[in-house]
Amino acid sequence: MAEIRIENLRKQFADFTAVQDSSFTVGDGEFLALLGPSGCGKTTTLRMIAGLELPTSGKIYLDGEDVTFNRASARDIAFVFQLFALYPHMNVRKNIGFPLLSQGLPKAEIKARVEETAKLLQISHILEKSVSGLAGGDRQRVALGRAIVRRPKCFLMDEPLGTLDAEFREVMVHELRELHNRIHATTVYVTHDQHEAMAMADKIAVMNHGIIEQFGTPQEIYNLPASMYVADFIGSPPMNFLKFTAGVQKGSRSVSVEGIDIALPEVHQDLAVGELALGVRPEHIRFNDSSALRGSVYGAEYLGTNQIVAVETGKGLLKARVPADHTFRIGETVGLELDSAKLSLFDCASGRAVKSSLYTEARHG
Amino acid sequence: MSAINSAHSVVEPSPTAKRIAGAIVILYALITMVPLAWIFLTSIKSPPDSISYPPKVLFSPTVEGYCNLFTTRTRQTPDYIAALPAPTSTCDEVTRKRNMVIAGPSNFLPRFVNSLVIAFGSTFLAVFLGTLAAYGFSRFKVPLADDLLFFILSTRMMPPIAVAIPIFLMYRELGLSDTALGMILLYTAVNVSLAVWLLKGFIDEIPREYEEAAMIDGYTRLQAFWKVVLPQATTGIAATAIFCLIFAWNEYAFAALLTSGSAQTAPPFIPTIIGEGGQDWPAVAAGTTIFLVPILVFTILLRKQLLRGITFGAVRK
Repeated sequence: MAEIRIENLRKQFADFTAVQDSSFTVGDGEFLALLGPSGCGKTTTLRMIAGLELPTSGKIYLDGEDVTFNRASARDIAFVFQLFALYPHMNVRKNIGFPLLSQGLPKAEIKARVEETAKLLQISHILEKSVSGLAGGDRQRVALGRAIVRRPKCFLMDEPLGTLDAEFREVMVHELRELHNRIHATTVYVTHDQHEAMAMADKIAVMNHGIIEQFGTPQEIYNLPASMYVADFIGSPPMNFLKFTAGVQKGSRSVSVEGIDIALPEVHQDLAVGELALGVRPEHIRFNDSSALRGSVYGAEYLGTNQIVAVETGKGLLKARVPADHTFRIGETVGLELDSAKLSLFDCASGRAVKSSLYTEARHG
Repeated sequence: MSAINSAHSVVEPSPTAKRIAGAIVILYALITMVPLAWIFLTSIKSPPDSISYPPKVLFSPTVEGYCNLFTTRTRQTPDYIAALPAPTSTCDEVTRKRNMVIAGPSNFLPRFVNSLVIAFGSTFLAVFLGTLAAYGFSRFKVPLADDLLFFILSTRMMPPIAVAIPIFLMYRELGLSDTALGMILLYTAVNVSLAVWLLKGFIDEIPREYEEAAMIDGYTRLQAFWKVVLPQATTGIAATAIFCLIFAWNEYAFAALLTSGSAQTAPPFIPTIIGEGGQDWPAVAAGTTIFLVPILVFTILLRKQLLRGITFGAVRK
């Protein structure tokens, strides 16, 4: 197992920059999810770590060793492809044993290790089957088997659950995390699904247009989004934005949105007058009829344990996650109270979060 | 899911439609097989039966055509023949009835062997070079790839025989006239463009992930090509090989022009049988029948590869 360190990695395809100066480190045994929409450069980043693409510039270190220009076969990494890429002309046993065969191991040892791997993944009963007849989940396990049988330095996975149906995906998310807990392999996992990333990863890198927008634990990504993009990408429904024009001073503890004062964590930076956005998670909105922030109920989405109520405020639609016991009428006027301690403030021009005590305190405490 | 599978979907033809389609295929097969059947029947007729009018459908079969194909014969007096020791083979017997004796083997066998060597040799070379080129075009950024591919295709835009005279002169200078090597090179050159284009289509269909997986699994690109790409390209390789073989096997014009002796192939040889002592149609038909066998065997051997959808279900699309 090993640490993966990426320094200023960049990949240019003709006039399109797929990855722009990314730097991050995946610690030994850590599970990193590269999260972003399609075309954001996450798969390209993964393929560069694997050695399937050469970076335009930048360095890749595996366990401290510079492997930037090493062949894929010389990197001792395993890759699980989105479409699994199980060799159709081999059965399950041969598929799993294929990486060992390249190392020239004796037959008996290959057999023993394939069987040990199959046992770990609970696929011993299908070893002699052809891969073309396998169900999605079994294919997934065979692909994982082929990856772990070699005990590589790290695992790279490119949306391995992307095409499984939703129900089965949850099972596999659980299995993958359990497997990671058991073998503690350094893993980089590419996905566009925030739930997968949140559920499995120790660290998440949110990517957009080839740039890493934020790198942090799932909690940091969710609670302390570094940019409006991250805030909007993560969470379902995503973070609400209340846009307004104002300036803020270092040390201020409230902002005025259309004449309504809203308290927020202490701001640590000065900003000239410009468009700002107040970011609030749906679960940080409460209904309070005495609140000055008012709106009319636009619709409610019942989810069993709670409900998502959309309220038209005149500053845009705000979605609140509230207990399911209260029934709202469409058009009903309600007051909204925001949880001041959890509010984020963004500068719309740059899209970045305005520095405040929310961020510094969470980091240090 | 199961309901959808068990019900008749739009693409599944009805039993009646299947029967009609089957009948059309059988009818077509019968029509195309009439000339072949006639060739075979002629090959087992006696020379008088073969030219009788109206044509004979019922006749007593004989191996005379095959004997005449493989031998050269000389006419002798009945007395001379009567004085000979008893015939040692069926062919001896058949030949003597026509007042002839076998003088020696004909050139058919060496010509047939020439055909085998040249056709299979050029097919192997064309498919080998074609597979490598197709893989290169399919997987790597080849500078001017589109122009190169068009150039390769353009070599087939005129009938090959249009360049017969330059090739004839060139071969004479190079000493390649009437050599098996010359013919192999020529047929390879003609076939390789077809092979590149056909195989590129097949290799494009094989997802790159397979090679990438193999390279990550510790193999070099060449090993990945050999162990992962080739086994999946067998369908395309088989189809391409059959097309190349049929062209090289049947080619007449260049063979007639460039080979006359030691490297002559069967197609220009078979018509020459007709000139030896009258119109020996059974011998010609026998030569043609034997000539058909290798292609038939090759196609039947590769039938399984041709029909198998080898990557079916292995990669989810």
